[in-house]
Amino acid sequence: MRFALRRVGFFVLTLWAALTLNFFLPRLMPGNPAEAMLGKFRGPVSPQALKALEVAFGVETKEGLAGQYVHYLGNVATGNFGTSLYFYPQSVGRVILDALPWTLGLVGLTTILAFALGTGIGIVAAWRRGGRLDSIAPPVFVITSAIPYFWVGMMLILVFAEQLQWFPAAFGYSITMTPSLSLPFIVNIVEHAILPATALLITTIGTWILTMRNTMVTTLAEDYVRMARAKGLPSRRIMFDYAARNAILPNLTGFAMSLGFVVGGAILVEYVFNYPGVGYMLLQAVSQEDYPLMQALFLLITVAVLVAILLADIATAILDPRTRTAD
Amino acid sequence: MAMMPVSGPTTAPPAGLPDQALPVPTAGRRSQALSRLVRAVRSNRKATVGTVLLVIFILLALFPGVIAHKSPTATIYPRSLGPSAQHLFGTTALGQDIFAQAVYGTQQVLVIAFGVGLLTTGIAVLIGVAAAYLGGAWDGVLNLITDVLLVIPLFPLLIVIATYVQNAGTAVLVVVLTLTGWSYTARQLRAQALSLRKREFLEAARVRGERRMYIVMVEIIPTMTSLIVASFLTNALYAVLFGSSLQFIGLGDPNSVSWGTMLYWAENNAALQTGQYLWAIVPGALIALLGAAFALLNYAFDEIGNPALRPVRRIRVKRAG
Repeated sequence: MRFALRRVGFFVLTLWAALTLNFFLPRLMPGNPAEAMLGKFRGPVSPQALKALEVAFGVETKEGLAGQYVHYLGNVATGNFGTSLYFYPQSVGRVILDALPWTLGLVGLTTILAFALGTGIGIVAAWRRGGRLDSIAPPVFVITSAIPYFWVGMMLILVFAEQLQWFPAAFGYSITMTPSLSLPFIVNIVEHAILPATALLITTIGTWILTMRNTMVTTLAEDYVRMARAKGLPSRRIMFDYAARNAILPNLTGFAMSLGFVVGGAILVEYVFNYPGVGYMLLQAVSQEDYPLMQALFLLITVAVLVAILLADIATAILDPRTRTAD
Repeated sequence: MAMMPVSGPTTAPPAGLPDQALPVPTAGRRSQALSRLVRAVRSNRKATVGTVLLVIFILLALFPGVIAHKSPTATIYPRSLGPSAQHLFGTTALGQDIFAQAVYGTQQVLVIAFGVGLLTTGIAVLIGVAAAYLGGAWDGVLNLITDVLLVIPLFPLLIVIATYVQNAGTAVLVVVLTLTGWSYTARQLRAQALSLRKREFLEAARVRGERRMYIVMVEIIPTMTSLIVASFLTNALYAVLFGSSLQFIGLGDPNSVSWGTMLYWAENNAALQTGQYLWAIVPGALIALLGAAFALLNYAFDEIGNPALRPVRRIRVKRAG
């Protein structure tokens, strides 16, 4: 119980830190950049919306800093993130809700796939120590982990969209189609998702493979594995029930964490493919100087990570009693 | 058969880095450690490749003019040329020589990599060791700051900061990447310093009446050398990837010469859609190569420190004398 309370306390504290960063960053910069941004939108945006934003960013307001801060925290607590300037007159919340499913679908599924495939390959590589897979996989995936993943996306576009023309190079679905729950539309969505998903898979799978392989190699040297061998158990059983089962814990914790990074983890892939998800929206907000949208997206991404970490902590505490007492 | 944790009898010395603390390393001992390091690097193929790549990049950064004779910024050539003897990688849509840009761009990327690598690792050593050694309330506060920074998603935070800063040059990029990037290393170093705290050689130093500063600088930090080196390599890789990513989305200084900025201009001029492939391929491949150099070195240090991870060589019976 004390453990859970501590974790929740940390969660609240970090959330507060992120909120405070959001609040103070534009105010700390020389010549508050929000001022220039708001000036740009003075024409098309209604005076009331603009007034609210001026208060939110501390421009031309008579309220003191402390008052602004309380005001800001109150707005966030009630889910009021203001109006998007670029997508005016839509609210920031509306824009985010439209973008979220795209990211959850693309990045979420790819994360699960990368974890499952990577862990499997890692198990086999460690089991056949010194075999062909084991000698090829580690160096190859050490190198792929160093490739910028947006560039992998660009190369995929070059080969499979521009040269071979197998898959579309951009967007979540063809603009000529009207969104509906029909088979052709779903096929269209999948076609558009294949290249970005591949780019993510190539650059993330290496970590799963290497972590799994390295833990498994250590586990295979344990006495209980030798014991299982001496008892003459079938090797499949030793591989999965004795070695892999014990070696998978670090990968499982990593997986729980990576689910939190789904929301904000593929910003550049979405950017390269013009995929209409959260990351693409964030960069749209950045390039259009739509600061309210940018702040809210940053907050959303942070909260997703925090929740995943909290859940992973609690799950680990339930699964492994030793962690409950450690501080 | 392949199950035994084999450490080949012919492979090089067990550890390339001093695991035991060497109190007051004399010149002789230091050169001995250095030659052991050289031997370890040469016996590990990943380390060899990583070192060679890194040395090539450092030479390019120091003497770009030797192989690139053209100015990287001059927009004086015919636009969008393909590769030729005149322009090895062709020219950009703005009329710049891509080869010259690639060569001259090395400098900024390396400054960011080494600057951020050294600074983050330095801050992490300072904070991690201080937290572990001072203990009590200091540890509580420093640890909390580290943990909070650790869980805030890094790249989105970088994007937000860089957006407010606008057109971040090299120095600003180094500062921003450093301020946001030290927490993971600090946590690792704190954990290791904590595990050292009760060791006998520190107790002995304390009984001898050594000053705190001496204990930290001479007894604790040298013991963590291998972790510090590994952290530097990881942080340098992180700086290369994140720095280039920020420049790619246009949050760096668009007039600077670097690989990330090249990719930014390539993307903005639709290089992939207009057949100017080398403009997009070359800088990305260079980032990947430099990143691979750091990653390979890091992995190799892991293997050198932890013999169980080394690749098992097919046993070649060599009747060595």
